[in-house]
Amino acid sequence: MKRKSNDMGRAREALHGVREFARFLAAEMKPKGKVLTPFNVITGTIIAVGIALIAIRFYKGLGAVTNLSQDYPWGIWIGFDVITGVAFAGGAYVLTFVVHIMKFEKYEPIVRVTVLNGFLAYVFYAGALLLDLGRPWNVVNPIIGNSFGLSSVLFLVAWHFLLYMICEFIEFSPAVAEWLNWEKARRVVEKLTIGAVIFGITLSTLHQSGLGALFLLAPAKIHPLWYSHFIPVLFFVSSIFAGLSMVIIESTFTHKIFHNKIGKTLRASHDDILLGLAKGAIGALFAYLFLKVIVLVHGGHWDLLATPMGYWYLFEVLGFVVLPIFLFGAAIQRRNVKLVQFTSFLTAFGVILNRLNISVIAFKWYAPVRYYPSWVEIWVTLAVISMELWAFRWVVNRMPVFKEHPATTEAREEISPVGEVVRWKASAS
Amino acid sequence: MSVNRRDFLKLAGMTGCSLVAGAPRRSEAAVKSIEFYGLLIDTTKCIGCRSCEEACNEQNGLPAPEVPFSSDSVFEKKRDTSPGAFTVLNRFPNEKDPDNPVFVRRQCLHCCQPACASACLTKAMEKTKEGPVIYNKDRCMGCRYCMIACPQDIPKFEYESAFPYIRKCIFCYDRLKAGERPACVEACPENATIFGTRRELLEIAKTRIYENPDKYVHHVYGEHEVGGSGTMYLSAVPFEKLGFRTDLGTTPYPEHTSGFLYGVPLVFVLWPSILIGLNYLTEDRNKEKTHEEEE
Repeated sequence: MKRKSNDMGRAREALHGVREFARFLAAEMKPKGKVLTPFNVITGTIIAVGIALIAIRFYKGLGAVTNLSQDYPWGIWIGFDVITGVAFAGGAYVLTFVVHIMKFEKYEPIVRVTVLNGFLAYVFYAGALLLDLGRPWNVVNPIIGNSFGLSSVLFLVAWHFLLYMICEFIEFSPAVAEWLNWEKARRVVEKLTIGAVIFGITLSTLHQSGLGALFLLAPAKIHPLWYSHFIPVLFFVSSIFAGLSMVIIESTFTHKIFHNKIGKTLRASHDDILLGLAKGAIGALFAYLFLKVIVLVHGGHWDLLATPMGYWYLFEVLGFVVLPIFLFGAAIQRRNVKLVQFTSFLTAFGVILNRLNISVIAFKWYAPVRYYPSWVEIWVTLAVISMELWAFRWVVNRMPVFKEHPATTEAREEISPVGEVVRWKASAS
Repeated sequence: MSVNRRDFLKLAGMTGCSLVAGAPRRSEAAVKSIEFYGLLIDTTKCIGCRSCEEACNEQNGLPAPEVPFSSDSVFEKKRDTSPGAFTVLNRFPNEKDPDNPVFVRRQCLHCCQPACASACLTKAMEKTKEGPVIYNKDRCMGCRYCMIACPQDIPKFEYESAFPYIRKCIFCYDRLKAGERPACVEACPENATIFGTRRELLEIAKTRIYENPDKYVHHVYGEHEVGGSGTMYLSAVPFEKLGFRTDLGTTPYPEHTSGFLYGVPLVFVLWPSILIGLNYLTEDRNKEKTHEEEE
């Protein structure tokens, strides 16, 4: 009799807990702050119209809304959303390497926000792939294993997207656990972090280069100045400075917009961090330029440099690789954070240009009818970006992204005296 | 000379027997043996009657064409294959003999080592042991990477459909399995397109060149291009003047990505070990640092 009432009590308690949790989630779902801001109105309109356009795309087929053709099977939904978006998400694996593997603690305050950005970039930009697939419901085919195309680079990339998203979620999950106040879960996932980081860096190396390796199968279609067997290596190296310059750009914005959310440590060291990231970017840019020169010399297409496509190639390399090297150098020397930020925009634009060159512009440069994106393709791309920004803001306003969880800081303070005692004892003995 | 039905059935039977006896695995067989089927298209024999187009249309249940198959008006501009036409004839001027223009059929070449099949992540595009490169539509997710990869731009996508497929010539694979020749071969009144094993067809093609050295260009298109193809061409006019791509090289396309794919397991083994090592190393460094601070 007594036991029964105990069970009842426990069940009631559990039910109460679930109800509380649901109430908490419902409260968190609501927007915080003013709703009718110019930003919300503009992005809201873009998203609403974008969803309608996506509905038309699925109802009438790709031909109804895009400028894709038999000659240009891949447009900006692949060339920009997926291929460029993933390069920009590279900041996450670079920073987890710097902080978790190399233990440069200086960058720790921005790791969480960078991993969050990387994760959202994969969810939204790689997710935009589903819009472009003709039969997206079959996207599970290479995963569930009824038809493994093991010889395909795309098979590798698909698997890596999926696995890397899981890794990034694990890397970010301590922040989710802190938000939910799940202390035990936080301890568990924190222990998983280093494993996720190591696996994540390996996956990133392979799929960042894999996105380039996709184009190895089109030697006769990509302009000789862009095509080479080095494309995978070039994609990997450029993802480093693409990611770093994106981290600089993001923190430029977030520093202003979420000023009150940002912890003390980050506020104090922000400039230092940006200058450090610029140093990383300049190193990767140098390596990239070096490779580009080797590829050019090996390719031996000097004569093509004096053609319109050659000028376009030089514009890309001189304007968005060589120039950023000089500007980053000057900025680091003078500790000019504004110039670092400007140069990051320049570098990021160069990465967009490079990815679009390989996937769209220098692709079938000889075709009589060229591809240019339709307004729907551009609009949907903007809608995807807007959705990502909304998701980012939602998370940042709720989870401890920019600052350490108060509990962990307290815990550290509590522990450190103990450590002192132990050390004192050890040295005494 | 063409391959008659009896010869074909004999060969089909032999292939079947060797299969039962335990042939090597499909892909290896397709790559290593040249005993699979193909077509030889002799452009000097083609009269541009478009019977092959009509037969193909009927066989594959494709929509009726805008211009009837009996009309010559389609030759005024160059045509490409489409989701509704797996083979198309084009007319090219003949420099040697201006009164007799050259007609060239364009359709899937059924490469020995197809780029499309190596690009496909779901094995929707598949090189069969009999030679045809077929399309398993239920596996396809419509990513169109095969279209990026194909050096001849053969796979075509149904952009106007909400449930689109890739469409292309599949060498009448069902007919082949039933012991019949492809519909276009049956329909050709001039034997301009003949059917046989790739080995036989190459012998025939070279014999024709040797016997008529002044008539033919001394090259069989498809013998070596991108590692060779099941469908091959003979011509009296240089191939680059007939809309053929002659800049594709002889490397089979899958080899362009095999180097990268070989590197994958290497990275998978090396990276984690290096990263774990670095992780331990830097931990020591940090410990030393705190140690020094104490002292």
